[in-house]
Amino acid sequence: MKLRRSMLFVPGSNTSMVCNAFVYRPDTVMFDLEDSVAIEEKDSARLMVYHALQHFTYDDMETAVRVNPLHSIYGLLDLEAVIRAGVDIIRLPKTDTVEDVLQMQEVIEKIEFKIGTDKKTKLLAAIESAQGVVNAVSIASCSDRLMGIALGAEDFVRDLHTQRTKAGSELMAARAQILLAARAAKIHAFDSVFSDVRDKEGFIREAKYIKDLGFDGKSLINPNQISVLHKIFAPSNNDVEWALDVIEASTNAKEKGLGVVSIDGKMVDAPVIARAQWTLELAKASGMLGGDE
Amino acid sequence: MSKIKKRAHAGTLESSDAFIEIEPIEEDKIKIELQSSVEEMYGEDIRELIKKVINELDISHISVKVQDKGALDYVIKARLQAAILRANDDEKIKWDKL
Repeated sequence: MKLRRSMLFVPGSNTSMVCNAFVYRPDTVMFDLEDSVAIEEKDSARLMVYHALQHFTYDDMETAVRVNPLHSIYGLLDLEAVIRAGVDIIRLPKTDTVEDVLQMQEVIEKIEFKIGTDKKTKLLAAIESAQGVVNAVSIASCSDRLMGIALGAEDFVRDLHTQRTKAGSELMAARAQILLAARAAKIHAFDSVFSDVRDKEGFIREAKYIKDLGFDGKSLINPNQISVLHKIFAPSNNDVEWALDVIEASTNAKEKGLGVVSIDGKMVDAPVIARAQWTLELAKASGMLGGDE
Repeated sequence: MSKIKKRAHAGTLESSDAFIEIEPIEEDKIKIELQSSVEEMYGEDIRELIKKVINELDISHISVKVQDKGALDYVIKARLQAAILRANDDEKIKWDKL
């Protein structure tokens, strides 16, 4: 199971961050060629990311690149570079309609064919407008390359004629819609960045909230947020013990030819077993059962 | 072999980066001026890398000034390639040569 709790934004023009982001072990590193890169540095950032993607330090890490829109003069050049360099995921900026995804997919297919790669680059659509949120259901299921949809809150609140608040009520409808659309299409759902890097308590509150809603993870702008987020997404010891009991009980039941069993008076059926397996995978990835961290 | 059209530069003087300036010269050579905190240990490797990148792009008659701030190989490569593309106003990148 590929965990995607943390997606770290790295401006393509920030050499130090590009070279060192792997140290922080985000689940996915997301090099940005769009909004964080000044117009006059678009060319050099593209080349920097092109080489970084091929460097061994990113060999065992999932990589994504936020490219410039196709209607800009940079979009196609970005794609030509990063697909050749073997990026795993293209993050589409400002996805409003199904056509935005299909157009991007067509261009990517052409480049993959031209360079003769077998790799099928995945897509992640960033929903950053009211139109995008309204169309989220159709966007989420329009392409088998789409691995997830993500909320881009900064542009979204501007479009909604409001601003971000600590309580996050302005994002309530968008979060619900994006999450439901992603789950219905069986793809990942990612929450937006938490911009105030000094407000650790606020970040923790928001991360717990989006985890409880059901999001798979969150875009991050500061490496210090990674370990905090991973801790929040890690299951508790009680959860892990419960999951181990469930798997043991269901395995025993299977061996004895029993159908449904119960633990502490609660029925253990297929959805409960699936949740227990997911909890153990998360525990492994969080280093609780001899896993990665 | 071709000459670059004009002076150009790429990169920054920030840590982990390199600032690279290039200009066309009359002599048929690759003139390299390197300032690096790791010159004693890696100076020769950096010079070789610069020559390799320039040769792969079929460039000659060029002066390269590098101020290295502890950049990895691929950073120097990316900065030098960016400077060369800027010097030639090159929009059609030959990716197989990068």
